[in-house]
Amino acid sequence: MRFLRTLVSPRGAVFLLLVILLAAITILNPNFADPGQLMRFIQRVAPIAIVAIGQYFVIVAGEFDLSQGSLITAQVIIAGNLVGQDDSRTIPVLLLMLVFGAAIGLVNGLITTLLKVPSFIVTLGMMLALLGAVMWWTGGAATGNPADSFRQIGRGGIRDLPLIDFLPWSVLILAAWLAIGIWITKRPLGKVLIAVGDNARAVRYAGARDWWVLTRAFMISSLSATIAGVLLVGYAGVHPSVGRGYEFIAITAVVLGGVVLGGGRGWIVAAVAGAFVLEALFLLLNIAGVPSSLRDAVQGVIIIAAVAYSGVAFRARRRPRAAPHASPDSGKEPDDPAGESARPSASPALVGGVTPAGPATTTARPDQIRGD
Amino acid sequence: MKRLRIDSTVIVLAILVLVIAIGAILVATVGRSFFSPGNIRDILTGMSVLGLVAIGQTLVILGASLDLSVTYVMSLASLIAATTMNGNPANIPWAVTLTLLVCAGIGLANGLIVTVLKVNGFIATLGVGLILQGVLNTSFQGSAGSVPWAFQLIGATGIGPVPISTLIMIGLAVVVWWLLGRTRTGAHLFAVGGDPEVARLSGVRTKPPLIVAHVLCSVFAGLAGLLLASRLGVGSPTVGQQGGYALLSIAAVVLGGTLLLGGRGSIWGTIGGVAIFAVVDNVMSVMQVNPFLKDVVRGVVIVAAVAVYSRRAIVRRRARFGPGGTRTGGDAAAAAAAPDMVAAAVALEAGAKDTGANDTGATDAAATDAGGEVRS
Repeated sequence: MRFLRTLVSPRGAVFLLLVILLAAITILNPNFADPGQLMRFIQRVAPIAIVAIGQYFVIVAGEFDLSQGSLITAQVIIAGNLVGQDDSRTIPVLLLMLVFGAAIGLVNGLITTLLKVPSFIVTLGMMLALLGAVMWWTGGAATGNPADSFRQIGRGGIRDLPLIDFLPWSVLILAAWLAIGIWITKRPLGKVLIAVGDNARAVRYAGARDWWVLTRAFMISSLSATIAGVLLVGYAGVHPSVGRGYEFIAITAVVLGGVVLGGGRGWIVAAVAGAFVLEALFLLLNIAGVPSSLRDAVQGVIIIAAVAYSGVAFRARRRPRAAPHASPDSGKEPDDPAGESARPSASPALVGGVTPAGPATTTARPDQIRGD
Repeated sequence: MKRLRIDSTVIVLAILVLVIAIGAILVATVGRSFFSPGNIRDILTGMSVLGLVAIGQTLVILGASLDLSVTYVMSLASLIAATTMNGNPANIPWAVTLTLLVCAGIGLANGLIVTVLKVNGFIATLGVGLILQGVLNTSFQGSAGSVPWAFQLIGATGIGPVPISTLIMIGLAVVVWWLLGRTRTGAHLFAVGGDPEVARLSGVRTKPPLIVAHVLCSVFAGLAGLLLASRLGVGSPTVGQQGGYALLSIAAVVLGGTLLLGGRGSIWGTIGGVAIFAVVDNVMSVMQVNPFLKDVVRGVVIVAAVAVYSRRAIVRRRARFGPGGTRTGGDAAAAAAAPDMVAAAVALEAGAKDTGANDTGATDAAATDAGGEVRS
């Protein structure tokens, strides 16, 4: 009973949708329930789900990462060009890609936090610059076919298992990355990220180093894109269109999972479920024989409907609790010029009269809290 | 000690002047003249389409929403216009009306999804964009229709070095400037974008301004589509997506000093942002930069230009009281009442002291916080 209620609740809406979609697929194609087929399905979802995990950390902190798709393309092309047919290069190139991904995340994060450029713009610029740079480097034609040992990460797996027959590496990687993600959400980093998304200024006053916290979120996001890139090399090969549009798919998946754009609320498992919903939706449209030209339209309708439903359900549940209004985050607002940080209320005379030491007390408080 | 607050529009114009100066020097090194009439016409022509989209995008972003569907609206508009005209000049008025009506309908759908269904603007317009993509896929197999010569002239002619299309764009920018600064809808749009809850508590109906903004945004995208149709001579189902106008227009708006969170910004900043893009693109074209390298430069310019001022200033709020303020009259009464209010406040504080110092601290914090909320 409680399980059912959770399913209908906004938190579970995405799982309900997933169950419905999987059931519909199974009805249309009974083979789908076969464990082996299911594994193949998860293998196909893995890159999207991993990217969604990364995007979750950024979105829950109230930011965007639009550079993920370009980063995937860049990593795929880097792999194609640097690994070549030499198996011995697999490990060094893999490490290089991880370092490159982390560096991109670091740059995104530092520009966002230290230069106070909105992350939408930072990652949009990064998206253009990365794609342009990689295409410039390769001359527009992606070349190279990475060695088999590298491609095995994405397409290979453990074979001849009982029951499921084939366990792809990508499923294991997804499980591991999700476990790490859940672990991070339980750690101070995850908690502070949600707090930053809710009210960045309050977090700053409480003494957290919000710039470093946010920067790490961007690094997680870029690392996720890197891992997705490694998997995509395996079964999509090297092509400049691999990864295109992944940032929007990831954001859609995360929002389908009930994570609020603007930050402060969301559950990582639901975000991953959102990725599964999207891929199941594509699969269903495929199986149901919807003409490919209409697929986009159906997808658009379902995305809007799902997000609208989870929003309506969420508000319906919150209403009894006097509907505390979640104030739009004003934390991203550029710092006030000096002399205005006290933020006097509408009538200076009134504030001056009530609290001669008003601003002093409010500014003193964070110091007391900071403690460490 | 009050630091001088610089209006971000001024900073954008300063960046524009800087970009023009650097561009002129770079163009001079390859032996061409930046300020030749031909080159100026190229730049202004480059501004017109993105400018139209960005004006609409400014309205939506001021209302704390986004519109990612503009690219598809543009493609659809170019197709509807070209197929309805079908080469016959007599069809032009009807074709333009029909196109703009369809676009307004799309904008209305966007606005209703955002306000009534309360779907975030990002997702709502992404979804509507996908739906439009589906419509484009099913209804059109490629370029279609043909645009009569009379309509093509709009995109092709100019007064001196200034193209007609750019004049139309600037004229519409003036209209929007008036709409934002001098009408109730404009004021309400700022209020709703700044903080919908405070706007609602102040008695502003929060839905109509945002719906109007979305409708206007789609209409402006439709105008951009018409302009593209007039340039190309046919309607094309991919013309909007190829230009990447959705993200570029958002970048131009933010470059112009409008807060992505809504509530503050100006239309002239946006035009400045569009001009910066146009100049950068023009300089790179003249210097024959590798097309892939162009994207790199574009990305760096976007981030760098926003970084220049995002730490320093945001569009200043108009003064509400005193000379030049938006609120006239009543200041004398307020000044006269100030001593009484201070006295009342002191009395209030004396009462509050009885309940303990901690509580006073809390209310102080709440008072300053509330002030902050209203300001942001």
